[in-house]
Amino acid sequence: MLRRDLWRLRGQVLAISLVVACAVASYVAMQSTYRSLLLSRDDYYARYRFAEVFARFKRAPEQLTDEIRRIPGVAAVQTRVVADVILDVPGLREPATGRLVSIPERRGPILNDLCLRQGRYPEAGRSGEVLASEAFATANRLRPGARIGAVINGRWQELQVVGVALSPEYVYEVRGGGSLFPDNKRFGVLWMGRGALAPAYNMEGAFNDLALTLSRGASEAEVIDAVDRLLAPYGSLGAYGRDEQLSSRFLSDEIAQNRISATYVPAIFLAIVAFLLHMVLSRLVAMQRNQIGLLKAFGYSSGTIGRHYLKLACCAVSGGALAGIAAGWYLGLRLTMLYRDFYRFPLLRYEAGPDVAAIALGITFAAALAGAWVAARQAIALPPAEAMRPELPAVFRSGLFELSGLARISSSNVRMIIRNIGRRPGKACLSMAGIACAVAILVIGQFFYDSIDRMIRIQFETLQREDVTITFTDPRSSKARQEVAKLPAVLRSETFRSVPVRMISGHRVKRTEITGLEPDGDLRRPTGSDLHPVRPQLEGMVLGTALASVLEVSPGDLVTVEVQEGARPVFQVPVALLVDEAIGLSAYMDSDALNRLLDEGNSVSGAFLAVDPKGADHLYTLLKRTPAVSGVAIRETMLASVRKLIAESLTITTSVLMVFSCIIASGMVYNGVRISLSERGHELASLRVLGFTHREVSWVLLGEQAFLTCSAIPFGWGLGYALSAYLAGRMSTELYRMPLVINSGSYAFSFLVVALAALLSGLMVYGRIRRLDLVAVLKTRE
Amino acid sequence: MVNETGEALFHVHNVSKAYLMGDVEVNALRGIDFDLWGGEFVVILGASGSGKSTLLNILGGLDVPTSGEVYFRDHNLTAAGEAALTAFRREHVGFVFQFYNLIPSLTALENVALVTEIADNPMDPAEALALVGLQERLQHFPAQLSGGEQQRIAIARAVAKRPEVLLCDEPTGALDYATGRVVLEVLERVNRELGTITAVITHNAAIAGMADRVIRLSSGRIIEEHRNPGRIAPADLSW
Repeated sequence: MLRRDLWRLRGQVLAISLVVACAVASYVAMQSTYRSLLLSRDDYYARYRFAEVFARFKRAPEQLTDEIRRIPGVAAVQTRVVADVILDVPGLREPATGRLVSIPERRGPILNDLCLRQGRYPEAGRSGEVLASEAFATANRLRPGARIGAVINGRWQELQVVGVALSPEYVYEVRGGGSLFPDNKRFGVLWMGRGALAPAYNMEGAFNDLALTLSRGASEAEVIDAVDRLLAPYGSLGAYGRDEQLSSRFLSDEIAQNRISATYVPAIFLAIVAFLLHMVLSRLVAMQRNQIGLLKAFGYSSGTIGRHYLKLACCAVSGGALAGIAAGWYLGLRLTMLYRDFYRFPLLRYEAGPDVAAIALGITFAAALAGAWVAARQAIALPPAEAMRPELPAVFRSGLFELSGLARISSSNVRMIIRNIGRRPGKACLSMAGIACAVAILVIGQFFYDSIDRMIRIQFETLQREDVTITFTDPRSSKARQEVAKLPAVLRSETFRSVPVRMISGHRVKRTEITGLEPDGDLRRPTGSDLHPVRPQLEGMVLGTALASVLEVSPGDLVTVEVQEGARPVFQVPVALLVDEAIGLSAYMDSDALNRLLDEGNSVSGAFLAVDPKGADHLYTLLKRTPAVSGVAIRETMLASVRKLIAESLTITTSVLMVFSCIIASGMVYNGVRISLSERGHELASLRVLGFTHREVSWVLLGEQAFLTCSAIPFGWGLGYALSAYLAGRMSTELYRMPLVINSGSYAFSFLVVALAALLSGLMVYGRIRRLDLVAVLKTRE
Repeated sequence: MVNETGEALFHVHNVSKAYLMGDVEVNALRGIDFDLWGGEFVVILGASGSGKSTLLNILGGLDVPTSGEVYFRDHNLTAAGEAALTAFRREHVGFVFQFYNLIPSLTALENVALVTEIADNPMDPAEALALVGLQERLQHFPAQLSGGEQQRIAIARAVAKRPEVLLCDEPTGALDYATGRVVLEVLERVNRELGTITAVITHNAAIAGMADRVIRLSSGRIIEEHRNPGRIAPADLSW
């Protein structure tokens, strides 16, 4: 009996199985990816002794190390020399930026230890030997033996790559300071023996970078305070924990986002599974009334009959669940492998444990039983005598549709559709809810594209309008302004001043920097997510809304600003304006106003350049060997690398979401039509006998689903928008905010995909309408 | 009274129908021959399994014979495809079913209009309902009407497109005596006033009295065919 019921419902069981497979696949894939990332990260951090507190400063004497070590709660200390330099990479047209990080002369266990992937460790006493980070080496095809030119503290030097390495400090390898997307061709980390690097920066017996780990139970905040107190005289930019360490922060955010998706997406699918089972089994119970009555009359207990339907539900989902586990395992593997391109682990372990599969099975059966429960209850509650009578015919009465006069002006087809929907509004609503979910999933998928696209447009079209940004090794006098303007191919130049600060408002403290912009500048303009730029203000700071909310300030409030360099002045600045930037925690001021507060004349930290493309090569060649410059960022190449990154990362996700929502939409429509066909087959066959063509009869049936689908789509858009807004909030971090942008093309796309899925399932049922048994209807009561 | 010298609308010649039920071949019809003439009221009598429904299905273009020929005027129904049969039913045949087969979501008037919307020269739906005496129940849904009223709507629906033939399959089978008689009166009236060929299949021999001609089937063969000397009014029938 169980097997026969399954066979009879095979079309619908298949549709449900596909939705179940999607639910389980999404759960297994996302859970496994989440766990793989989490485990790989924790394992990596532990094995390679990733530090817990970090600090950058100007220069501190080596003797300070002992004092730092004596701070209560500090377990191990690593002192380093770190400097950003301009690189001339063979085969790369533009200058690249390298971060030189010192390593001990002799290899031994250190914090942020290196995992050597190729080649060897630099030999002590050989000054030009470096290890290159794997991402940078791969992007630029650097193998051990490759040579790179570098301007180290103003002197041109040739470096030789002797090995390729990974570090837990640079799992996500970005430069920071506004550039949050990796551009592995133009930014890389190079590890160099301390004996070679320190003298180049006059750091013998000194260091400018600190990493430390905490002993068990120590308070990170207290250690950071103590470190800050010790390092304040040495030009410290403020110590910070892993939560502000760029790579670690990105990775944590990614893991947190995975966890969110691993919960919500499968939940939507499982709700749909429960609903579909409810729909199909309720209809089956209605059709099997006579059998149920007969069995009860023969003495079968209600429990046995109820269990039959519950078992049927479990059997119907088990195939899909198993397929989903397999598909999820594979998808998870693909997703995890995809992460290898963005996050560099020595070993990215794929963790799809049997418990994930077990949990997936458990929740699937729970959803199946929930969906089947109502139908099973109906079967149990049916008294045998009543069960053996045929179900009462559908009762229709006049309602709003008739009273409003709409019925009179509608065609017969429309009347049938509206009255059938109106007779069971609950069922219609649930069908619409399912289709709306499919639309919403597509909208969410498109939202990620649109939102990131808007982020890019804000960043690279409205905010950053320069072609090239150069950063000086140290603040320069205003004379630099003229020198920059005289560089070849420069059409326009604007200088900026960038100051590391601690902003304090009440008990709220945030480390960030203030960027002083030229008041009438045009190359860099703070821009909100509405793409509307604002000017830097003379009378205060323009704050990003994200920073303002961290500090809990609004325009007019005073913020205490502790400058973290030079004479470390402290002053109070009012908030003049807020701008809802998508990336970073920014604060802008008029550069003149900022310099007045700093009391250091017209010093500049770098310049934005508009460049004539014809002379760009000449400019780049020159910049590769300019001693005063520590960083060069080229907008066009950054943009290209960001676009490539997004294309790679989002394509898989959105294609998978698209397949999933097609399956949901088809599953909903197909089951809806099949159930209508089973309920109204008699009526439709009568119409055929009366001389209605296949097409006309199909319209009666498919028209109802078309109506439901079309009505559900706007709700789906609304739901998609609401969920996108929710996700935008949940997935936004201090590093970036996802603007809530969904383009009209995305709505149109979701409409097309769902309409097409509905059409295909309609066509599948069309074949069944052709095979309606016309003769049987003459002889049977409905 | 119908004259057999006129044109035969239906010409059934040596029609047999066999189909498989499981592994068993059932010969539902074996070599049937007869004609239906314009305006005629014919009752086809037979017990269950006699083949009367199969014959009606073939006449109505719902089924095709295994061998033999069926002509409606010059249309060869035996050779017609699915689309041609649909068109035949749509243009020429009115059906009345045992269980009425009304569309539950449409009112009486709308059920009739459903057919007039696709017909070439239909009656006004209200006029068709007046013909069956239901002019007061136009806006009622099937579930709000009695069985007899539902069957009368079905008749109104069948005749509203002015078909040339009205095929009725046990039209009183689901009704009590009194209601059944009212339905038969309506059928008689339609036949008389509109001149539609009416073929009623039934196992109820009492109905035979109202026909011009009676054809009796048994085991797929015509075992008797006779013409009544006069038609008895349905009111005078009893069973």
